[in-house]
Amino acid sequence: MLSKKDLLGLRETSVEDIHQILEAAKQMKQIVLSPNKKAPHLQGKSIITLFYENSTRTRMSFELAAKYLGGVAANISTSASSVAKGETLIDTGKTLDVMGTDVIIMRHNFSGAPHLLAQHVNASVINAGDGMHEHPTQALLDMYTILEAKGDIKGLNVAIVGDVLHSRVARSNIWGLQKLGAHVSVAGPDTLMPVEIDKMGVKVYNNVEEAIEGADVVMGLRIQLERQKKGLFPSVREYAKFFGIDDRRLALAKPDALLLHPGPVNRGVEITSSIMDGDQSLIQDQVLNGVAVRMAILYLITRRGSNE
Amino acid sequence: MNKLVIKNGFVVTENDITDILIENGLITEIKPFILIDGAAVIDATGLKVMPGFVDMHCHLREPGQEYKEEIATGTRSAALGGFTSVACMPNTNPVIDQQSVASFIINKSKTHGVVKVHPIGAISKGLKGEELSEIGELHGAGCVAISDDGRPLQSASLMKKALIYSAMFDIPVISHCEEMDLVDEGVMNEGYMSTILGLKGIPSIAEDIMVSRDILLAEYTGVRIHIAHVSTKTAVQLIRDAKLRGVKVTAETCPHYFSLTESACENFNTQAKMNPPLRTQADVDAVIAGLKDGTIDVIATDHAPHHPDEKRCEFSLASNGIVGFETAFSLAYTNLVKPGHLTIEKLVQKMCVAPAEILHLRVGTLAVGMPADICMVDTEKEYQVETAQFASKSKNSPFDGCTVTGAVVYTIVDGKVVVNQGKLTE
Repeated sequence: MLSKKDLLGLRETSVEDIHQILEAAKQMKQIVLSPNKKAPHLQGKSIITLFYENSTRTRMSFELAAKYLGGVAANISTSASSVAKGETLIDTGKTLDVMGTDVIIMRHNFSGAPHLLAQHVNASVINAGDGMHEHPTQALLDMYTILEAKGDIKGLNVAIVGDVLHSRVARSNIWGLQKLGAHVSVAGPDTLMPVEIDKMGVKVYNNVEEAIEGADVVMGLRIQLERQKKGLFPSVREYAKFFGIDDRRLALAKPDALLLHPGPVNRGVEITSSIMDGDQSLIQDQVLNGVAVRMAILYLITRRGSNE
Repeated sequence: MNKLVIKNGFVVTENDITDILIENGLITEIKPFILIDGAAVIDATGLKVMPGFVDMHCHLREPGQEYKEEIATGTRSAALGGFTSVACMPNTNPVIDQQSVASFIINKSKTHGVVKVHPIGAISKGLKGEELSEIGELHGAGCVAISDDGRPLQSASLMKKALIYSAMFDIPVISHCEEMDLVDEGVMNEGYMSTILGLKGIPSIAEDIMVSRDILLAEYTGVRIHIAHVSTKTAVQLIRDAKLRGVKVTAETCPHYFSLTESACENFNTQAKMNPPLRTQADVDAVIAGLKDGTIDVIATDHAPHHPDEKRCEFSLASNGIVGFETAFSLAYTNLVKPGHLTIEKLVQKMCVAPAEILHLRVGTLAVGMPADICMVDTEKEYQVETAQFASKSKNSPFDGCTVTGAVVYTIVDGKVVVNQGKLTE
C-alpha cells in the first residue's frame, strides 16, 4: 500500500513507494501477457478518468488497466459534461466523490489542478499529466522499462532530449530517475529549456551529441509543432537538424543504449524512423509496460485503508 | 468643544513621551502634562503614537465588485490596520475615468466609510490604454493621482502624453510597470519554483524594462512619476540610479515584497499569487536595501480583496493579489524595524509622510493645526494573524497563521476614535 492517498508527482513520492509500484508491475505484466486477462484486484472499485485534454494512450492504458483487474471504469469527456458549462473543478470532483468513486485519474492543461482536486475529494487522485508540471505514471512506466532492460537504474546515465520546457514527462523522470540513483542530463534548444533547471540536479546541454555521449538511455520528448509559431525555434527542419535523434547521434551512446519516447512521435523530427523502428527502441515496450505499471498503481492506491 | 487628550504615549515624531490635545478634530497642542477638565483621555502609556498611515495603493472594489469589498468594509479594514487615509485604484466597474464615479466614491466614503478615501483616476478611458481620460475633471472631482494599475499602458507614446498632460494639474502618474509581451501567460515569477511547478513564469525583466521606460519618459518630459509596487532587484537599482541623476521619480513597495519569496507558491498556493509576482530572496534583499537608502519612498498595501472562489481554483485561473491593510504595519514592524533595517521614525516616513507628500494630502504628520489623524501601536505585542477575523470582506492572505510583532491599538480620524483597543468602534 502506498504511503499517500494520491499520486500527484514523483517529486513528493518516496523511494519506497516507487519501488513498491515497480515491483508490483512485474506481476501485473504477467496478467497483461496471459491469454485470460482477468484478475480480481480492483473488484468492487470504481475508477473514473477525467480528462480535460486529449489523450489516446494514457487514457486507454488506464482504462484497460482498471478493467483487467476487474474494476468499474468510466470516462468523463470534457465536451459532453458539465465541465463545458463552467462547473468548477472542485464541484466536479465532489460530484464524483459522492457517487462512490474510489479513484479519479485526471489529466488537465493547468499545472497543479490534480493537487486542487485531491484536497477536496475523498477519492484517490492520480495525476495523468498536468500542464507542464508532472506526469508521474509515464515516468514510472519509463523507469519500469529501463529497469526491465537493464536490471538496475542506479548509476545509469540517462539523456533526455527535446522540449524540456513544456515537458511534464521530463520533470517526472528527472525526479524519479534521480531518486533511484541515475545520472540525468537534459538537452535541447536553450529557448526550450526551463530556467534554473540545473538546480533539479541535472546536467544541462544545448548540444545533443554531448548529452548523448556515453548514455545508457536516450529519451526523446515530443515537440509540439505549434511551438514554432511562438518563436521558440525557427523551423521544424532546423529543429530536426540540430536536436533530432538519428542513427549518427544514437551511435554516440553506449552500444547497448536504450531509446525511449513517451509518444506520440513526430517521425523524422525528434526521432528518425530508422532508429524508432530499430533494435534499440523500446517505444512499443513502453506502451505495454504502461498498462502493467498503471495496474500496479491502481491496485496499490486502492489498498488504502484495507488490512493489507 | 469636543476635546481629547492622548496621554503618556511615546510620540514618534517628537521622539519623546508626551501628550497630544485634540480639539474639534485638529491637533491643538503637543506637550507633556496636558490636563483639561472635561476632556476625554486615552491612556497611551507603553504605546507608540504616530501619524495615521496613508495608503497610496489599494482596491476598494466599489462600485462594481461589492462581493469582494465595499467602501464600508474596506475602510474599516484600513482603520484596523492604522490607516487614516487611503487612495483607491480606478479598476472599479464603472472605471474611475469620469468625475461622476470619483464623486460617488468620495460621497459614499463620507456616508459609509470610517477613514478618508481619495480616488485615483484612470489614465486612459476604460483602462484600455487608448485615449486619455478626462484627467482635469478627475482632478477637479478629487482624484489625487492617475493610474492604469493592473492594465499597464503599453503605449509609450500615450504614457508620454499622460505625463505631460497630468503635470498641468500637478497630479502624479502612478505606473504599474509590466511589459505585457514578456508577461505573456505567466502566472508567477520565472525561476526555479516556476520550473518545478510547471507554471509559466513572468520574468523579472518584464517589470524592469517598463520601470526603465517610464523613468526615461519622466526624465525626457521633466515630469514626476511614481513607480508602483517595486518587486525586483534591477528595478530598485534603476530607480536608485535615476534619483541620483535627478529624475523626478518616487517609488513604493508592499509588505509582501519584503516578507515573502516565490517559494510561498509551493503546493500551488493561490494565496501567494499576485502581480507583480513574489520574487527571490535576492529581490527581497534589494527591496529592503532600497527602503533603507531611500530609493523606495513609500510602503503601500496594494490591498486587493478577492472572493474565496477566486482563490480556491486552479493556480492559473486564480485572481492576483492579497488583502493588505490589516497586516501591513505588523509585517513592516516585524520584518523591517525589528531586525534593524528601519527605525520607527523611518517607517513613519514611508507609511505616512512620503505618501501624503506625493499625493499632496495635508496629513501624515503630527503637528499643531494638522488634522488629528493618529494611530497608536503596541510594538511589544506578538500575535498570530487570523484572516477570519479581518474586517475586510475578503480573507485572501498568505499570512494567515503567521506570528508577527506590533499591533495597532487605536486609530483616530479627524479626532474621532474609530479603533479602540484594537476593535472598531462602529
